[in-house]
Amino acid sequence: MAQSMWFPKLLPVTERSLLRPLLHHTTNPLLHSSTTSLRQSNLLPRRVSTAAVSPMESITVLMTCPPVHPYLVEALEKRFTLHKLDSVPDKAQFLSSHRDSIRAVVGNAAAGADAELIDQLPKLEIVSSYSVGLDKIDLAKCKEKGIRVTNTPDVLTDDVADLALGLMLAVLRRLCESDRYVRSGLWKKGDYKLTTKFSGKTVGIIGLGRIGMAIAQRAEAFSCPISYFSRSQKPGINYKYHPSVVDLAANSLGPKGVLINIGRGPHVDEAELVSALVEGRLGGAGLDVFQDEPNVPEELFKLENVVLLPHVGSGTVETRQAMADLVVGNLEAHFLNKPLLTPVV
Amino acid sequence: MASPATAAVENLPQVLLLLHPAAFTIFGEEHFTSPKFRFLKAYESSLPLDEFLAANARSVRALLVSAATVVGAGILDLLPELRVIVTTSAGLDQLDLAECRRRGIRIASAGDIYSADVADCAVGLLIDVLRKISASNRYVKNGFWATKGDYPLGSKQLRGKRIGIVGLGRIGLQVAKRLQQGFGCTVSYNSRKKKNPDQVPYPFYQDVRELAANSDALILCCGLTEQTRHAVDKEVLAALGKAGVIVNVARGAVVDEKEMVRCLVEGEIAGAGLDVFEDEPVVPKELMELDNVVLSPHSAVLTRESMMELARLVVGNLEAFFSNEPLLSEYEDD
Repeated sequence: MAQSMWFPKLLPVTERSLLRPLLHHTTNPLLHSSTTSLRQSNLLPRRVSTAAVSPMESITVLMTCPPVHPYLVEALEKRFTLHKLDSVPDKAQFLSSHRDSIRAVVGNAAAGADAELIDQLPKLEIVSSYSVGLDKIDLAKCKEKGIRVTNTPDVLTDDVADLALGLMLAVLRRLCESDRYVRSGLWKKGDYKLTTKFSGKTVGIIGLGRIGMAIAQRAEAFSCPISYFSRSQKPGINYKYHPSVVDLAANSLGPKGVLINIGRGPHVDEAELVSALVEGRLGGAGLDVFQDEPNVPEELFKLENVVLLPHVGSGTVETRQAMADLVVGNLEAHFLNKPLLTPVV
Repeated sequence: MASPATAAVENLPQVLLLLHPAAFTIFGEEHFTSPKFRFLKAYESSLPLDEFLAANARSVRALLVSAATVVGAGILDLLPELRVIVTTSAGLDQLDLAECRRRGIRIASAGDIYSADVADCAVGLLIDVLRKISASNRYVKNGFWATKGDYPLGSKQLRGKRIGIVGLGRIGLQVAKRLQQGFGCTVSYNSRKKKNPDQVPYPFYQDVRELAANSDALILCCGLTEQTRHAVDKEVLAALGKAGVIVNVARGAVVDEKEMVRCLVEGEIAGAGLDVFEDEPVVPKELMELDNVVLSPHSAVLTRESMMELARLVVGNLEAFFSNEPLLSEYEDD
């Protein structure tokens, strides 16, 4: 399982001293059980005097995204000095008065570190994102300034892919609408109408990375032929490649086609999507992400061929915990001069 | 004097309909007609059924039924020439199979045409329950995301989840394939008989309670028989446990519905995806209040594609019967 292979599972740390081995209870199969071999494997901190390295609790971390995950916030607060930008009344004033202490930023899909923020934090060393998507981080700027960037790949792949399939089934088979039909007492009056079969339908995937491949694998179990568009054609893949999104869509979308978005809202021209749905030019949509979350175009609320989710692609207790462990693990690795767990830059 | 056209029609063999089939309503009767037979609609007569049949159906050889048409010895006694029953339904519990067998009446079922759609529905309901798709869709469409904040997290991912399939027939096998090959679940099953392990790689449990004890989710895909009636009872639900989920695309009566409702209300099981109920279209009102339950109006087979296949199969079976050819989807009791 990808989840257990990539990173150490974080446990409550009762003492903040660097000298206490961090990982003595780990369940990660990659780590050894004795502290000696742990040290040898470079995953335990070297023995250093307390004078040479500052204890981590004095390291200031800025969370630029809303603090929605208590587990993550607690894990960060236990180890570092954490500031939550969301709860600061005067952000400009705060950034200016903390410009020399903030050494790390934690962001997510909603907010990360754009060029403007990076410019205001001259001591910034690392941006650790509680997401796999990197669109809220100015990667070029980070590279230019030598700022490290990490994200949370692999641990959320299965959840997002599961949800993509769940959305396809929910839209084509009208599961949410049927549930509403029963709850409103309409079943007593007659059957719900015919829906559209999912098995055997062609699934077109934009972006055949980890998540795209995981979706393809699932759809294949439903005998769905797979087509895809990617920046480059993948060697050794049997799926049909299309050199452009338009080309891919020409065979999939239209009045009978369904669009599923579990990527990022801005991938889609949202205004155009809404009018296509309202006018029946597009057959249906399952959307987990939007241009301006948590705001969702209200014209979509009444449409029975549309399923709307509040960005829950990675939203299971276990996966969010695994993501949080990666965020904290990456920060710890950085400040201990260890190799980063999941670096992007 | 009847015109030649009318006479020709009147010479066509008759197919008796006791009730108006749901498929006619939802898809259109025109898809089920054929130049080789005509329908005799008992429900269009004001006569009581037994009188109608006595007066009109004594030479009828073919009967077309749906899931709602209960056919027992009483009806069969009124149809002495009946030789074939064609059903639009996936299930056969509405027919007295023993009586049909005794009288040498053949049965043409809906065959395998629904299996993919029912399996899709089962998987869709499972994901919906685990990831709260219907509940969070409601949340967003009520405008709560912007006003109340993020929706509570769902439970574990599908990979590694232990799925117990009750009834590993054509539908159960399709469910197994999707969940194990597609999502990385671990499938086990209970069935009337253990299947050949060379063909069916999933572990077999003789006892449904033991299957439940070893499953994170139970998916019911079996036919309704005397043996399977209330097979999912208090003990099975207790074995499934507080984190367990149940998906039912079989028949409502496979589950002790009252007990299941109690378990859901009191948190003794974690959730349910239900396409069938003991007394359709009545759904226990307690379920309507729950967010961890997804309800479906017995529609697992109701796709346009399945209806087209069904129409072709029904007409094909009837035409084959009247031409003395082998039925397309004869039910073999195994």
